[in-house]
Amino acid sequence: MSTRVPPGTFAAAALIARKDLAIEFRTRSAFLAAIVFSLLAIVIFFFAWDATAVNAVDLAPGVLWVIFTFSGLLGLHRSFGVEEADRAIDALLASPVDREAVFLGKALANLLFVLGVQAIAIPAVALFYNLPLSRVLGPLVGIAVLAAIGLVSVGTLFSAMAANTRLAELLLPVLALPFFVPIILPAAQSTARLLSGRPIAEAMSWLRILIAFDIVFVVACALAFPFTLED
Amino acid sequence: MTTPAPTEDRRSIDWLLTIAVLAVTATFVRAIFFTPAEARQGLAQKIFYVHAPSAFIALYVAFGIVAVSGALYLWLRDERLDRIAASAAEVGVVYMTVVLITGPMWGKPVWGTWWTWDARLTLTLFLWFVFLGYLILRGAIDDHGTRARYSAVLGVLGALLVPFIHLSVYLFRTLHPMPIVLKPGHPSLPNSMLATFAMSFVSFALLFVALLRARYRLAARVDALVAEEEFEPAPMPNLRAEPIR
Repeated sequence: MSTRVPPGTFAAAALIARKDLAIEFRTRSAFLAAIVFSLLAIVIFFFAWDATAVNAVDLAPGVLWVIFTFSGLLGLHRSFGVEEADRAIDALLASPVDREAVFLGKALANLLFVLGVQAIAIPAVALFYNLPLSRVLGPLVGIAVLAAIGLVSVGTLFSAMAANTRLAELLLPVLALPFFVPIILPAAQSTARLLSGRPIAEAMSWLRILIAFDIVFVVACALAFPFTLED
Repeated sequence: MTTPAPTEDRRSIDWLLTIAVLAVTATFVRAIFFTPAEARQGLAQKIFYVHAPSAFIALYVAFGIVAVSGALYLWLRDERLDRIAASAAEVGVVYMTVVLITGPMWGKPVWGTWWTWDARLTLTLFLWFVFLGYLILRGAIDDHGTRARYSAVLGVLGALLVPFIHLSVYLFRTLHPMPIVLKPGHPSLPNSMLATFAMSFVSFALLFVALLRARYRLAARVDALVAEEEFEPAPMPNLRAEPIR
């Protein structure tokens, strides 16, 4: 064992992501909960509006992005909550990997979690809201990935912070939701343009905000993450 | 520890705060009785003298102090910086709440609506939420160092968030048809109003500094008390076996 060389940043990140996904895959608790929550929310949102007054196509983008936000929060809770039990986080920090690698690994696992939820929720919304999915699938997946990167980078950082407070999971939405505004707004607006059959070029100014947000906050959160751990 | 002497008599009067309160009172008197009412908006415009200086101080000064002293704290690890940030956030929330209360009171008679999703209104509202989150975060952590680091991180990220929220709410507004709302513009204030505005600005800034100073002193005192308690040896019989973690 002692002859092993500590992995590089990205290799370590991949290992940590694999560990988190293995825990998730074997217990399936959060993923299943997030999926069921999404399906429930899709159905409830539809009944909460008067379908004769509001077109389902007009409703869908808002519903989609509100649901992604909250189901994403469900997964993010677990990200560091799972490390609190038996202080597993201490072992993780004692291992010879960069703090940035811990962040990237956690974020990667969360990203796959959120994308997994989206992979089921988007077809479900298309089914229940009768959306022309095949026509917009490509750009919609692109928007979903861009939005998920932003959600996950901010969410992973705040999940690490919230896990160390007395309020724990209650604090995460309070901290994270204001930061999700420049993600949800562009994502919902460009989804709405797509679904109403407008060209993607019309949503470019929204997508630019989304891309800039991703770049700035992935870097900022990775740099800020070590400050949330040291003791 | 770098705390100022906690032996200071706590019944002594905070002169700066007294002067600031008097200045704000004088501003109110001048704004209400000695400043002409605006021609189109009438008396409703007088809310301007509370609303505008509070907004400027809350959005730029308080938020700036929280972000800058947060960044400096992460670099220098001086607990005084954390106290300044915490005090600025708390006083800033008060000012921003004043902005969000006086805004609708002014908007109703002038715009005909309590609230509109205008870019600046939305930005102010979301920054208010960030500030509240900041205070809730601070309240949820007991350990000094952790609290200071976490709130510094949140303060810096909050400053990064401002341009993004601004851009997206601005785009949201311009791409959507909105009812034409009459915006209260003040390009050229008459001299009497300008004097009152300058006076309100100075007095509200003075009040901000005074409240910040009072809140800072309180934080320093609390920290000193906590440090005193921690130095006291715990009585032996109360020691309980802790499971090894």
